[in-house]
This record gives sequence, structure tokens and C-alpha cells, in this order.
Amino acid sequence: MTPQGWTTDQMAARLARDIPDGAYVNLGIGMPTLVTAHIPPEREVMHHSENGIVGMGPPPPRGQEDPDLIDAGKNPCTLALGASICDHTVSFTIIRGGRLDVAVLGGMQVSARGDLANWRVAGQKLGSVGGAMDLAAGARQVWVLMTHVDKSGRPKVVEECTYPLTAARCVDRVYTNFAVLQVDEDGLTAIDLAPGVDLATLRACTGAPVRGD
Amino acid sequence: MIDKVVASADEAVAGVRDGDVVLVGGFGNVGVPVHLIEALVRLGRRDLTIVSNNCGTGETGLALLFKHHLVRRACASFPAQAGNHHFVAAYESGECELELVPQGTLAERLRAAAAGLGGFYTPTGAGTDLMAGKETREIEGRLHVLEQPLRGDVALVTAFRGDRFGNLRHRLSARNFNPVMAMAARHTVAEVAEVVPPGSIDPDDVHTPGIFVDRVVQVGEAP
Repeated sequence: MTPQGWTTDQMAARLARDIPDGAYVNLGIGMPTLVTAHIPPEREVMHHSENGIVGMGPPPPRGQEDPDLIDAGKNPCTLALGASICDHTVSFTIIRGGRLDVAVLGGMQVSARGDLANWRVAGQKLGSVGGAMDLAAGARQVWVLMTHVDKSGRPKVVEECTYPLTAARCVDRVYTNFAVLQVDEDGLTAIDLAPGVDLATLRACTGAPVRGD
Repeated sequence: MIDKVVASADEAVAGVRDGDVVLVGGFGNVGVPVHLIEALVRLGRRDLTIVSNNCGTGETGLALLFKHHLVRRACASFPAQAGNHHFVAAYESGECELELVPQGTLAERLRAAAAGLGGFYTPTGAGTDLMAGKETREIEGRLHVLEQPLRGDVALVTAFRGDRFGNLRHRLSARNFNPVMAMAARHTVAEVAEVVPPGSIDPDDVHTPGIFVDRVVQVGEAP
């Protein structure tokens, strides 16, 4: 039987534990945005948003939205202490110039070599790439937060991606509901396992070889 | 005397011609020159190439250009999103083609055009479907893709404040693509919430220098 492993919130919390104090991070739209709430309050972490914000704060209270201030998911946001605003060329200079310590992205598939597919399913005609290719190619560390298997139970960590790639050999870590996987030149290593998930179960649900820690 | 201020959005966009490449500022619905877009719809120029991060949602802004069948080609990073039915209809009927561009590559192609560069190599998109048909080169051991400059015939941008010299001050995340698009077109039109007397925007606070701006129109209620 397939285990449950961590809940989505627990996955986000597990990832948040690994973000160091002082880090500049970009959290992709969707599941990665959940990470913010779990960053320990004693750590000062600066959130970058593609649309020109370094030092993005949490959503505003209802009625206090500023129409000129949104996050990359187009939802109202606020500014944190120390925030700055820039235009798109500077914002992507931050991304493409390797200034972000960590980009956390959602994933459809990750290969054993760290290829990432997260923008379009195979055969789909219209897709949106947004800043995903820039983040995947440019951030110092790319961490993927996703469920371990898809809705049909198929592994999302695979030998080779069958969906169109976002970037090749870019992923450093994968955080799923079953495990934390480190991605190196020579493949995948499980560096943490969710409660109720052992290495044999993890291997059965993964489309590529996984070493134990 | 230099005075780039015009009385109406219609007057501001009157120079747009059929087939023009039109750069449109904004990200989502923030910083989008909605009054200039509405004026462009009234002008009825056709076969436009629209360069913008998104392709509009609902019944306002960029969506109107697709609704009124004015766009032959869209160049965007995030066209597929909820509420984009007018773009989808134009795309699926074959009336409008799409060039999908990574967001940072879109910004940098505009910047390259603005700066008179012949293009640039970037690792973004290397090894993906978006590399198809492009020159590649290995630089410092990493595969790079050659990207071309992206110049506009016209740019439609927004700002918070503008003066008769065309100096613009943007506000918060409404800045986004507006400064680079203002610099990347032959003719730039800015809609501003408020036209202010020259000198009242501190020169240190001008985000887009007026040398890049040809027309300014006030569209907001002056506060």
C-alpha cells in the first residue's frame, strides 16, 4: 500500500528547515508559497518576486491591499523591512546572475540527473513558462517541492523526463511527501525519509535508483 | 519648448499603424496601460504584434485587443492562465500566433534592443523546446542559446507620475516591464495617474528618463 508520508504543510515545513538565515529566496507559485509560513521567525530570509520585489512580505489584511503591489502569482502582497523595488531587467539580473541562494519550484517530473519538467505536460499545446526557466537555470540552488507520485500513482522522480524540460541538470534537491532526495552527478540519495516510509517503499515509488544516506 | 503632454489617450496612440510591433507594459493586471489599450481598440489598427508578459484576462486590458481581432502575433511568457478566453479563442482559431519567451529572456531581449545590442547568449532555455531553431554555443563549459533583440515600433507604458519632459516615476510593482519597454521602442507613449510640473519629480527619483518618452497623457483623477 502506498504510504501517506508527510502532509503538504509538513513537506513545506521540512523544506523551510533547510533555508539558512540570511538567504535570498524565490518561492515559485503554487505549493512552494506554503514554505514562507514555516520559516523559523529567528531567521531573516528575504523573498524575491519576479515582478521586481526583493523583500516581499505576507499577504495584507483584507481591505488593505495596494493595487500596485502583487506577488508573482498576481495576488496582493506587502513589503518586508529592508525591501526594495526594481524593474524587470534588474529582477531577472538577480535571477540570471546567480544572486538567489535558493529557488523553490513546483515539479511535474525530476530526472535522476536533475532535469526538471514543470511548465507543460506532454502534448499540451499552450503552456506558460513565466520565469521558471530563468529560475531553474540561474539560482544557486534549485529545490523542487512536489508530491512523490502523480494522481495516477506514477513516479514523478524518473530516469528521464517525458514532459518538456524547464531546464537540464538544474535540480539540487527534491522535497516530496515521502522523502528528501539529494541530486548529484551520479544520481539520487535519500537524505531524509517521512514517517512510515522506508527505503524499500521509497524505491518502489521512484522511477530511478535511490541510494540510502 | 518641450511638451510631450497630450490631451487624450486617443491622441496619444494616433501614430500606431497596421502591423506595428507594440510593446505593452504590465505584469498580470498591474502596471498595464488600460486607457491606451482602449484607445488602440477605438483606433482599430490591425495585424498587430503584441509583446507583453501576459495575454490579458477577463474583459479589460490586453484581453480587449484579442476580443476585437487586432492581434496577429503575441509574444509573451505567461499566456496560459485563468480568464484568458479572448486570447485562447484567437489562438485556437489560428488568427493569432504565439511566441513563448522565458520572462527573463523577454526582459533582456527588450533591453538588448534598447541598448543597441545585436542579441546575447543565455543558458536560460538551453536543452528545452524553446531552444529549437536557435544558434547555441558552449561558453564557460555551459550550453548557451543566442537570443535576438526585440524592438518595438511603439511602446505603451504606465507610470505613477510624469512631467512634460516625459520623465516618469513608477510606483511599487507597477514598474515591472514599463521602463525597459519605454526604452525599447521607436515611439513611446506613457499614461500616468498624474502629470506634475517639471522639477517636482526629484531628478534622483526619475525611473524612466524623458528622453525615452514621446507622449504623456494623464488618465487618473489628479489627487
